[in-house]
Amino acid sequence: MSSSTNQKLSRRLRLNWVDSFLIGVRVAAVVFIAIGLVGTIINFANGEGPTAVAWRDLVVGGIAQGTMYGLIALGYSMVYGVLGFINFAHGEVFMGGAMTAFFMASYFVETGLWADSFVIALILVILSSMFASTVIAVLVERIAYRRLRNAPRLIPLITSIGVSFFLQYSAAFLFGISNKSFPQPPQGLLNKVDVFGLGWLLIEGTKLLVIVISVVSMAVLYFIVERTKTGRSMRAVAEDKEIAGLMGINVDRTIVTTFAVGGAMAGIAGSMWALLFRGVSFNTGFLPGIKAFTAAVLGGVGNIVGAMLGGLLLGLFEGVGPLLILDGWGIPGVSQLKDVVAFAALVLVLVFRPSGLLGERLSVEDRG
Amino acid sequence: MALLEINSLAKQFGGIKALDGVDFQIDEGEIVSVIGPNGAGKTSFFNVISGMFKPDAGTIIFDGEEIGGWPPNAITRKGIARTFQNVRLFGNMTVLENIMVAQHCRTERGMFSAVFRTKAFKQEEQEIEQRAKKVLEFFGSRLVGYRFDQPALALSYANRRRLEIARAMATQPRLLLLDEPVAGMNPRETGELTGLIGRLRDDLGFTVVVIEHDMRVVRDVSDRVVVLDHGVKIAEGPYEEVSTNEDVIEAYLGRPAEAGS
Amino acid sequence: MTNGILDVRKVIRAGLLAGLVMSFTSAIGMVEDFDRRMIIDGLFSLGFLALLWYVPIAGYKVGDEKVLEGMEIPPKSRKHVLAGVLVGLIGGVVLLALILITNAMDLRDVFIRLSPNLVALLTFSDNPADPNFGVGAIFLIGMPGLLGAVGGALHLVSPRLRRQIVVAPTAIIVSALVKDVIGQIMRTFGLDTVVRQLYRNGAVRLVPAIIGAAIAFYLAGRERRETSRIREFLTHPDPKVRTRNSLIVGAGSIVVVVAAPWVLGSLLSEILATTGIFLLMALGLNIVVGFAGLLDLGYVAFFAVGAYTSAVLTSPLSPFFSPEWPWWYTLPVVVVVGVFAGIMVGTPVIRLRGDYLAIVTLGFGEIVRITFLSDAASPWFGGAGGIRQIPGIPLGFDTISGSDPEYIFYFALALVLLAAWVSYALLNSRVGRAWTAMREDESVAEMMGIDTVRSKLSAFIVGAVLAALGGALFSAKLGSIFPTSFELLISIVILVVVIVGGLGSIVGVVVGALVLIGVLGGPRQPGLLQEFGEYKLLIYGVILVYMMLKRPEGLVPRVRRQRELHEDELTQDDWFEKKGELSELEGGA
Repeated sequence: MSSSTNQKLSRRLRLNWVDSFLIGVRVAAVVFIAIGLVGTIINFANGEGPTAVAWRDLVVGGIAQGTMYGLIALGYSMVYGVLGFINFAHGEVFMGGAMTAFFMASYFVETGLWADSFVIALILVILSSMFASTVIAVLVERIAYRRLRNAPRLIPLITSIGVSFFLQYSAAFLFGISNKSFPQPPQGLLNKVDVFGLGWLLIEGTKLLVIVISVVSMAVLYFIVERTKTGRSMRAVAEDKEIAGLMGINVDRTIVTTFAVGGAMAGIAGSMWALLFRGVSFNTGFLPGIKAFTAAVLGGVGNIVGAMLGGLLLGLFEGVGPLLILDGWGIPGVSQLKDVVAFAALVLVLVFRPSGLLGERLSVEDRG
Repeated sequence: MALLEINSLAKQFGGIKALDGVDFQIDEGEIVSVIGPNGAGKTSFFNVISGMFKPDAGTIIFDGEEIGGWPPNAITRKGIARTFQNVRLFGNMTVLENIMVAQHCRTERGMFSAVFRTKAFKQEEQEIEQRAKKVLEFFGSRLVGYRFDQPALALSYANRRRLEIARAMATQPRLLLLDEPVAGMNPRETGELTGLIGRLRDDLGFTVVVIEHDMRVVRDVSDRVVVLDHGVKIAEGPYEEVSTNEDVIEAYLGRPAEAGS
Repeated sequence: MTNGILDVRKVIRAGLLAGLVMSFTSAIGMVEDFDRRMIIDGLFSLGFLALLWYVPIAGYKVGDEKVLEGMEIPPKSRKHVLAGVLVGLIGGVVLLALILITNAMDLRDVFIRLSPNLVALLTFSDNPADPNFGVGAIFLIGMPGLLGAVGGALHLVSPRLRRQIVVAPTAIIVSALVKDVIGQIMRTFGLDTVVRQLYRNGAVRLVPAIIGAAIAFYLAGRERRETSRIREFLTHPDPKVRTRNSLIVGAGSIVVVVAAPWVLGSLLSEILATTGIFLLMALGLNIVVGFAGLLDLGYVAFFAVGAYTSAVLTSPLSPFFSPEWPWWYTLPVVVVVGVFAGIMVGTPVIRLRGDYLAIVTLGFGEIVRITFLSDAASPWFGGAGGIRQIPGIPLGFDTISGSDPEYIFYFALALVLLAAWVSYALLNSRVGRAWTAMREDESVAEMMGIDTVRSKLSAFIVGAVLAALGGALFSAKLGSIFPTSFELLISIVILVVVIVGGLGSIVGVVVGALVLIGVLGGPRQPGLLQEFGEYKLLIYGVILVYMMLKRPEGLVPRVRRQRELHEDELTQDDWFEKKGELSELEGGA
């Protein structure tokens, strides 16, 4: 292969080879984004491309989506913080919530509650979604993950893939593969609301509702985790299972609680998703699941605030990014590539900044 | 020129200064022991030299080249090999395979010749196996014969420690770092290993640095002893000198030395 | 259940679980759909098998007790049968409840398969409007009860008898399910009449079933000397005899494999060809996951890249660049592209920890698929319409395409043999040893001089090339490729095959592919059991979870991996040894 001088040279090269490749990718990404941005700005200045109003709507849409990603990301983040593996099935927990929301909402439409008292109907829908998602999350933990507590990290990951499959296709066979149409919210909600009375900040009612509910939920979760005894146990177990157990905390029960809370949040996100996008099907959970995981890592896995922030950022980036960057390049059919943007974000975040923006918080066993 | 020359080596983990400016030198063919109370930084010392961690400050010059910050496999290729305090063998590989894989950096046949089973490949494989057997024979009858095909996990504790050393030897190093080689061994095995360390230098020409707690081994094996405490070198010299050094005794026992200890 | 007292809670739980399984199978529509296929003509359908399969298992398991070292093994008694019966009865009651609810309320807004047809089926009525609740209900509860009793009773019989009782019906079921294969083989040898005696309406006829069960019962009772005789045959002490025997076995296998497509006929050859391509990919993934320990969830990307490369180079309809090369010329390009793709994907992920590597590769896989699908890339790759009119493989006298599955199978076989050889050769070489060491303990491997970056990248590249070659063959076989063919599903299914076969075991992967892809089918490709249809994806999920929970090392494990994952047991023994040495130390010091 090589003589000793060649070896020295190649060793030095290899020291830098992967690094130079990665630097190259970084540079390419920055250049790509920059050129796209410039192009879009030029288009905008020339009156081509999307209008300011359109941009505003994209931003709002991105934020709304981002809050939902944030809620789902919480589940990924907490489970990773406690047990150190990616719970692939969490996307299906979310889907379960969305499905439940659909069934409940349809029922309320039939019984008239939806039209008569939308607020109560919505509250009930959200609660039932939370319940369903929590049940699914807890059952999955009990059946599939509990026995794998001490297994090498990849094994629960693979198991969760299997669970994800099972849940997805169970839903497909139980409920049918057709896309389910979530009922329309009352007319008033579809109008744009003038928030803050500024005149230009017009947000569609549904989106505003979603944002508000999601933010409130996140705040409640934050309160639970940071201020209550249960939350303290969760944080302790996330930090160091063994020592937490020695301090008298029921580790099993706390882990179940972690799954449950994450599931509840995903359930809320599910009902919000159904409300906003008006469509649910058995594979609704797949893409948002992966994107929410990206968001969790983006913010710093194991980090609750990080998950929320990551979700918001990812939603924004996904909503605005494709048009912002790719339009400048003149690439057609940009909306198709929305998912590519999300996946590209996934790759870039994990390769270049796996600890996330706010830093990851892993348990002692996983810190490596 | 010293084979290994270390100046002001420093390494911090979070708030803990594992190494706080350590100087160290060893010439070819020496056997030096590194001792010190628990937490003194001995294993960190090995970890930084062998490349597991990058030093925060200081220089490590091995055979005239600065190796601080090199990746571990490059350092091994340069000629430093180590064993681990808590034996870290490739448990599910056989005894022979552990030794064969350790020769990775000294061999070169890659995927192409493996797939096509070229003559050069076959020849190299044979050489690898022969060399592996020779290394194992150094340990007498303990790791040979039917043992070749036993998974490393199945060996007795003492044999696992020996296999660790054999594996390090197989990388054809110039410098061997042995981290507590006799921990957990009974007196007979300890004596045998002490002799073995001597033979590593006398028969095979290795330069050896040994971390040990067992003072009998330190006494029997070392040309020189270095004492670390809290990441700093507090004493250095022949065993007799160091073992009666007040600072050393205080570091271990934590109280002033009494007269005539 | 200790001292003969029934653990009521355990029984109830098991019964409820059995009932849940039965209800679930019904609610997803499996029972109804499978009912169309009979296992024993006129008597027993696949639907009822799907319904009831779990009940005897539950009845058996409820009697399982954890016997720890030092405990007396509790005596087996009639209580086991009673427990089994109860489990079955409770399960039956649950199912009956489901039926009653379904009959009373129309739940089809939610559970689309809970229909009157289902109710009729389960109550043995021919008229959906008139379910037979009297007699039907009795059967509905009685059948599981009986099966539960049988399961429980298995505790009371000798292991030999137990084996016989299990093997006999299983043999009949299997022979019914593979009737296509058996029937086809017999037809090829002109035994048409025999087939008609054995099978009718796609199921085994009653009399042959009984006879077959009896034969299987008898055979299962014989001692295991047959398999050991085969082993003796292969490990004869005299090397000359051994070589001769190995050659005979080898030659025999070659004859069987080469003749298979012709004996099995066109339809089954199609399945064989598909299995072959998936097996090729599984062997490739086996190198990446099983040998080097890198969980690549985006493996399908390499498959796609190979397929598109070959398609672009051969098809006259390829949008941008259409050299219309013959398939053979594309192979070296495909290999180069595979290497390139392996480097592109591998380099960024090399330093990532295991699960992040998995997700990132998944991301890559999806990016590749969406890119091929996008309008932006359609000038080169045809977008959603894909690339069509891909010519087959020119062979001078003929062109091999998808309509010649027998020959496609041979090509797949050739590539599989190549992949198997590459796997074996690499594993038993310097490269493979480095992989194994890396999988054992990556940081120590680095300390032993192994360049893990290079090592991992090599695995990626080999895996990528094998998948790309599979893609090239896939293109030629299908004649037209679409981005939807290259979904995440494929990566996962191949991963299941690799895991089921035992990560790292070449033989295991072959067996796994034959069993899974051949029988259940690929993600979008039918297998032997066509009625499984889409249900197979559900089953793959269950298999994956089950394998991970019970035996992470797979069906035919490499002995190595089995050691890795049952390390606890071995280290326990190690602890006992250490204890012995320590006491020596104390004695001596």
